[in-house]
Amino acid sequence: MEQLAIILMDGLVYASWLFLISAGLTLIYGVLRILNLAHGSLYALGAYAAASAVLFYFDRGLWPPGSYVALLGAALIIGIVAGPLIERGLLRWIYGRDPVYQLLATYALFLILEDGMKLVWGVNPYYAYRPYGLLGTVQLGGIPYPGYSILLIGVALLAGGGLSLFIRFTRIGRLVVAIIHDPEISVALGANVSRLFLLTFTLGTILAALGGAFTAPMISVVPGLSVEVIVLAFAVVVIGGLGSLEGSVIGALLVGVVRSLMVHRIPELELFAIYLVMALVLLFRPQGLFAIEEVRRV
Amino acid sequence: MDVVLETRGLTRTFGRVVAAEDVNVQIRSGERVGLVGPNGAGKTTFLNLITGYIRPDRGRILYRGTDITGLPPRTITRMGIVRSFQIPQLYPGLTVLENMLLAIAARSGRGMDFWNPLRREHEVAEAMELLAAFNLADHAERPVGELPEGGRKLLDVAMALALRPAVLLMDEPTSGVSTRDKFEVMEVLMEVLRRSGVTTLFVEHDMEVVYRYAERVLVFHSGRVVADGDPQTLFADAAVRRAVLGWE
Amino acid sequence: MKLHRLGGLILIVLFVGLGLLLPGWSRFLLTLALARGLLVLGVVLLMQAGLVSFGHGLFFAAGAYAVGFAVRDLGVRDAFLVAILGAGAGLGIALCIGPLLARYRGIFFAMLTLAFSMILYGILVKAYRITGGTDGLRIAPPAFLGWSSPEEHLGSVLYLFTLAATAGMVFLVFQYLRSPLGYTMRAIRDNEVRVEYLGLSVSRALYLAILLVGAMGGLGGALNAMSVGHVDPNLVYWTTSGEFVFVALLGGTGSVFAPLVGSIVFEFLRTYAYKYIPYTWQMGLGLIMLAILGFAPGGLWTLYELIARRMSGWTWSWKRGA
Ligand SMILES: Nc1ncnc2c1ncn2[C@@H]1O[C@H](COP(=O)(O)OP(=O)(O)OP(=O)(O)O)[C@@H](O)[C@H]1O
Ligand SMILES: [Mg+2]
Repeated sequence: MEQLAIILMDGLVYASWLFLISAGLTLIYGVLRILNLAHGSLYALGAYAAASAVLFYFDRGLWPPGSYVALLGAALIIGIVAGPLIERGLLRWIYGRDPVYQLLATYALFLILEDGMKLVWGVNPYYAYRPYGLLGTVQLGGIPYPGYSILLIGVALLAGGGLSLFIRFTRIGRLVVAIIHDPEISVALGANVSRLFLLTFTLGTILAALGGAFTAPMISVVPGLSVEVIVLAFAVVVIGGLGSLEGSVIGALLVGVVRSLMVHRIPELELFAIYLVMALVLLFRPQGLFAIEEVRRV
Repeated sequence: MDVVLETRGLTRTFGRVVAAEDVNVQIRSGERVGLVGPNGAGKTTFLNLITGYIRPDRGRILYRGTDITGLPPRTITRMGIVRSFQIPQLYPGLTVLENMLLAIAARSGRGMDFWNPLRREHEVAEAMELLAAFNLADHAERPVGELPEGGRKLLDVAMALALRPAVLLMDEPTSGVSTRDKFEVMEVLMEVLRRSGVTTLFVEHDMEVVYRYAERVLVFHSGRVVADGDPQTLFADAAVRRAVLGWE
Repeated sequence: MKLHRLGGLILIVLFVGLGLLLPGWSRFLLTLALARGLLVLGVVLLMQAGLVSFGHGLFFAAGAYAVGFAVRDLGVRDAFLVAILGAGAGLGIALCIGPLLARYRGIFFAMLTLAFSMILYGILVKAYRITGGTDGLRIAPPAFLGWSSPEEHLGSVLYLFTLAATAGMVFLVFQYLRSPLGYTMRAIRDNEVRVEYLGLSVSRALYLAILLVGAMGGLGGALNAMSVGHVDPNLVYWTTSGEFVFVALLGGTGSVFAPLVGSIVFEFLRTYAYKYIPYTWQMGLGLIMLAILGFAPGGLWTLYELIARRMSGWTWSWKRGA
């Protein structure tokens, strides 16, 4: 019983993390129709920026709980600077191009960012664990659990909640949904579409950076984070259906719980958990759980 | 006469749109049938259903008595039911000749041949002959992407013909083709089809073409077949003319 | 056709001469470039069908580790046998994952190949009892049908062996690309619907291509491993696969020789780059990639074609096979 609770809790924490790294990817794909292979690098950027911000913050000897604001700030800054830079500088040149071309272009971006980060932050690991320790452990029905993990769930909930509010109750948000369901609309939209794409990409970047920033205190930030993240995020997104936000929530939960189950029961297979879920889903619903199968008119 | 193709209660919806509703049709061997009806009537959907591009929600499709419902286009094509498309489905990166040669190679069972060249003398000769029949011989070495709309339309039909079908389904074969070429090409095409006894169904908006080349006409409306008969009788029917064809 | 054969022959003679004249280290680089060129050729082949493989290291490592295991566990040292084993290992992997891969296109294909390669990387690192973990395996110098080359000539012999194997594969790919099945690959990229409506099976055509590419990649891995004398998990790390994609783009798809030319240029480029810009190597690749995409989508081969247009006639090209 107790073990089940832990498995579920661990699964939920992992799912929160997966949601943060995949929501932006699917949102960007849904609107821009580009799968950004550099999404993992945006995550890594967020992690590096957050680590630097936290270390800087504690060096000043400032009030410790304020470091969470530093994490958030780092993510926002990365999103707001890198997002528009990439969208204006690269992506807008490749909209509507051959998918192979887009794939190669974002791959190139990924390579550039990878080394760019090494240039700025070097190759030695950053440890920014202080915010993690601050929250200690909390008792969940008698089971001690790391407080920071609860915080991560909170961040994911807030991000997801905010996103769904934005989509449901703002004009731009509704436009985003409309385009996800029918890409043709973006053609009809004309000039405004350019701003919408910019906004969406920036939002997606913020989400990725947020994921990285709040993960930074839990890990050692080293080069090479990006690849794993992009593959995991893609798997989650595919399970839910490319471009579907609901899908990424379900995909994250599914993978989160399955992985946690494996970690506790058959640890040798942990590495394969996500791919197993992905393979099973794709076997029965090649377009993912939530995407609608489209028939090309002939 | 023997029935080649038969549909029973064929029904298919897209969301709220009923694109085919209880379609029951029997096509006899060697018949040349025109499919007519207003835009969105379900003519293309009918061809899509027969060739397995989309699956029916309900109903069956029989080919020479065999149930072919749910089979993929590839299998149905190999059985001899071949189609051409309303929007030409070509390989823009290849030349006109290469498009034809691939069709011919597929027909000769060389689709999985990975050793002998695609260009073989007798196959090139056959392709050129077909292209000539469609006034495309001069464009043989041009990339398909450079062909004008009418030319692509004709190439699409020529590729279908190269498969030597038993049943040929054509979706508006001459739309986008200039009026002058239209009858010239149709004349040759229909003559070839008649001579080789190919059962032919063609969707057509030009009633003059239908009148000239169809022995039987199926009128589609809102996914249903609302009239079925020979063109003379049908086009004389005032109700069909006004409500369905939009003629006076 | 005669002229084409002649062109190929001239090239082979040229390469033989080059390899024997060049100093040891550049002959070594040339050997690696040819072996890796087989992987790049595979990437380019799949690109014909509109598929980008970001996990080509999978086949590379499969072939290389097959050599490693064969030498260590089976005591097999014969280069021919080892090369066949390598190709077999690549083919084996392709046989297993091919049916799944053949169902996917675009980003799905790209990410699935990447995922598979990362799984293999994970396994190679973790199963260190069998694979030697990150240290990898050492490979003793091969023998050739019972004959062991004297130490000082081993490099040349391996070079000639690699050259022969590569030439054979290039010829195979050339035949393949101008065959109906080869054209079907390009047809798939253009319009899958019509391929099926010709009665051809898209997934079968792709599966066969993946098998060919897998076996060729395995062979490349084996050849590479024999020359380097060592295998480690980096062979299947994403950076390796990424380099194959890069070289594919660099060489361009203008000819069956383009991937090899790209591979040779790349191999020499990298040696210098590692010396001068060790930390910005990937970044350099990314920037060059963007430049190629933006200004010369045909890759280096476009340059060549500009020159060769005048003396046209005897090159093997993708587009006009005959
Ligand atoms: N793949 C699809 N997805 C959604 N709706 C479809 C699809 N295919 C057809 N429809 C709808 O089904 C109806 C019938 O379409 P269909 O293309 O069969 O008409 P048609 O008779 O061929 O018309 P036209 O003369 O314009 O070619 C239309 O309302 C169309 O919008
Ligand atoms: Mg139609």
